[in-house]
Amino acid sequence: MAKEAEPTPEELVQVDYEAPDKDWTKTPAEFKKGMYCYGSRPAYLESVGFPNAREWSPNDEDWKLPENWKEIVLEAMEERLSKYRSFRLFMDICVRCGACADKCHFYIGSGDPKNMPVLRAELIRSVYRKYFTIGGKLLGEKAGARELTVDVIKEWWYYFYQCTECRRCSVFCPYGIDQAEITMVGREILNLLGLQTDWIGGPVANCYKKGNHLGLEPHAITSNIEYLTDDIEEITGITIEPTFNRKGAEILFVTPSGDLFGDPGTYTAMGYLMLFHELGLDYTWSTYASEGGNFGFFTSMEMAKRLNYKIYAEAKRLGVKWILGGECGHMWRVLNQYMDTWNGPADFMEEPVSPITGTKFENAKGTKMVHVAEFTADLIKHKKLNLDPSRNDHLNVTFHDSCNTARGMGIFEEPRYIINNTCNNFFEMASDATREKTFCCGSGSGLNAGENIELRMRGGMPRGHAVKQVQEKYGVNMLANICAIDRAVLPPLMNYWAPGVDVCGTHELLANALVMKGEIKRTMDLRLEDLPGVEDDDDDAENNENSEEGGE
Amino acid sequence: MGILFSFSVVVALTVIAFAGVGIAGMQSFFGVVIPYLAVLVFLVGVVLKVLKWSRSPVPFSIPTTCGQQQSLPWIKHSKFDNPQTTGQVIVRMALEVLLFRSLFRNIKTEMNDGRVTYGSDKILWLAGLVFHISFFTVLIRHLRFFAEPVPAFINIIDALDGFVQVGVPHLLLTGVLLVAAGGYLFFRRINNSQVKHISLPADYFPLLLIIGIALSGIIMRYFAKVDIVSVKALTMGLVSLSPRIPDGIGVVFYIHLFLISTLLVYFPFSKLMHMGGVFLSPTRNLANNSREKRHVNPWNYDVKVHTYAAYEDEFREKMKEAGIPVEKE
Repeated sequence: MAKEAEPTPEELVQVDYEAPDKDWTKTPAEFKKGMYCYGSRPAYLESVGFPNAREWSPNDEDWKLPENWKEIVLEAMEERLSKYRSFRLFMDICVRCGACADKCHFYIGSGDPKNMPVLRAELIRSVYRKYFTIGGKLLGEKAGARELTVDVIKEWWYYFYQCTECRRCSVFCPYGIDQAEITMVGREILNLLGLQTDWIGGPVANCYKKGNHLGLEPHAITSNIEYLTDDIEEITGITIEPTFNRKGAEILFVTPSGDLFGDPGTYTAMGYLMLFHELGLDYTWSTYASEGGNFGFFTSMEMAKRLNYKIYAEAKRLGVKWILGGECGHMWRVLNQYMDTWNGPADFMEEPVSPITGTKFENAKGTKMVHVAEFTADLIKHKKLNLDPSRNDHLNVTFHDSCNTARGMGIFEEPRYIINNTCNNFFEMASDATREKTFCCGSGSGLNAGENIELRMRGGMPRGHAVKQVQEKYGVNMLANICAIDRAVLPPLMNYWAPGVDVCGTHELLANALVMKGEIKRTMDLRLEDLPGVEDDDDDAENNENSEEGGE
Repeated sequence: MGILFSFSVVVALTVIAFAGVGIAGMQSFFGVVIPYLAVLVFLVGVVLKVLKWSRSPVPFSIPTTCGQQQSLPWIKHSKFDNPQTTGQVIVRMALEVLLFRSLFRNIKTEMNDGRVTYGSDKILWLAGLVFHISFFTVLIRHLRFFAEPVPAFINIIDALDGFVQVGVPHLLLTGVLLVAAGGYLFFRRINNSQVKHISLPADYFPLLLIIGIALSGIIMRYFAKVDIVSVKALTMGLVSLSPRIPDGIGVVFYIHLFLISTLLVYFPFSKLMHMGGVFLSPTRNLANNSREKRHVNPWNYDVKVHTYAAYEDEFREKMKEAGIPVEKE
């Protein structure tokens, strides 16, 4: 039943961008099923000490707000106005030129005017004017001010959880006004009222106590990785024995836990394992700092810092020289723009140097944390890897820039360099949908739940259409990316908008192409699927292969 | 509603100045008292606003990166869209402030045959740029009323502005462009349903006010001409702090001056402060070098964390069983 009620792609594209004449301040949010997440169960909030935990559902008429909710909200606003220049400035200087209006994937996919970034910001700006500006206090509505009511809180909740903090609007804004900043403040305030989503609350609670979003306990991490090494052995004949929590390792490797758990992220994790083994890298995994991602970032700055703490703490405890980070989107926004400020300085480590090429990663000499795509691109550039891109010949690959690595870091060329050296067929999507103008997967910032699937398909519409275009034009069948959330949410999105396109991380492509020392002849890719073409010429080539192998 | 309200306010302001000077003869009030007050409110207001902004710190390094980061030496770094140094930030800011770089990126998103498509859309950038440059040039030109002798550069700007050499006095292009661009921006606000939906009186009012200022100026110069020598006597009196009201200045001048005074008073309390704000925007004026140099948060505080010791205490047995080294056996 529920399945049948989900709209089809044909229904979803019936979007009307003509905004209504009606005054938006007089139109309370209408909660549409499939467009929002469940409220967090209280246990999650209690376990990390978030306030006002209670049983609560967004469907309820009464949200059981604490008695002094208004006071909490206004005090929280005031505090953040004085703590964040971004917030204060972005409340004051927007001229409502509308350049951002049609840049938001949720607006493009829904046509809901309150999803125009400018209007999403006005939801809170109107309250700011009422309580914090002279004009708003004196002139009220005429100055664009409005009263803070329960309906406003509901509206904030509905729309601040229809923003993935992707920053695309900020690229186009003449003042760089970043809706992500406003959404983050909005969510922090809602969080003070206990209005968390279950899908964010859970991973945060897990990560705090167990070290990762999925709540994998130490032995589950080692056994999950063992499954992966078993598969690697089957594919390559090579036995890999990674180490965990090992003191004295040169490098600590941190990646999102999602890659240890679900396909196709696991194939990327296999890629890391194979690459590091081939290099003989002196590195260790950690079960304590077993999460690169940071769902705390979607609740409050303080929670994000509390979760992020583990990475440096573990690096210090283990005495590593530097940290290598896996492919992930918001993880890298946090590592690039927040980690050192929160939990640094990382002066107990050394400036990162690749032990293989001797390259100094000067751009990371403060945080001592290198992105694996930087690390690998450098290896390829120095010809340290034996790569056979023809093993990926059955793939026509395109690349999805993740919002956070695009607009909160700017890592564009490194992953492309890896793809271009591991695949023969690479095709870019339209330039208005890649690089700094890239579109969100529609499920970032903790919106990758199940109950809000319509929202996710709508938000992912622009990305879906852009992939569809290269699928039709070039026969693209693989969407590569450097983000764990992408690997989790793009498969259903592709099934919906561009069926036939699969999803992978760049290190899966790399490991498929990587010719490892002493490996058996590869007949399978990392997904344990037959490599096309290999079976056919098996008989003919067998003698040759064998003699070549034997000669080495 | 916002449109009519804003329009009425501008008309009312015009009527007030007209009645005040033309009927009640309050030249001194509109020519001296109001302008002095307006300048005072403007200066104090702007300074206080900027101080207020600067008192809020920038806790995190949050530039919006719009190009390739600086990483490996052989990868081409997009210096001005993703600056790594202060010098590069200055170029980025200059491109932003002088050429509206971000607005230049603008694209139009549409749905065509069930497919999201993108088209070039530079008209907002063009209109915005023409509007601001014209306004700025007009402002510079007006310095001739506040300096004796008139500095050479103002005469040069005048000559350039009037290069078409049409009419007597020469038509100055920026005045016309200001009205045209302002008119387009206003038209866009009411014609584009999305922009109309988000527009507030605070958006219509300053636009109409500026158009009103430009029109009254144009009327004075070309049509209901005022005695320019007397006007200069008045403005020189204002700047030399020995104000006087010469006879025979037409009422249009007082309307013009009153609308300008209104704009000055309104400025610090309005979105017009984007003029100062754009320089302070942390998504634009910071270098993306937070992995290289630590960005310090002045209010960084200690937080409650889950230590490794607590973690090991909870999972020690499981860790030992899985062969993971532990601190305490």
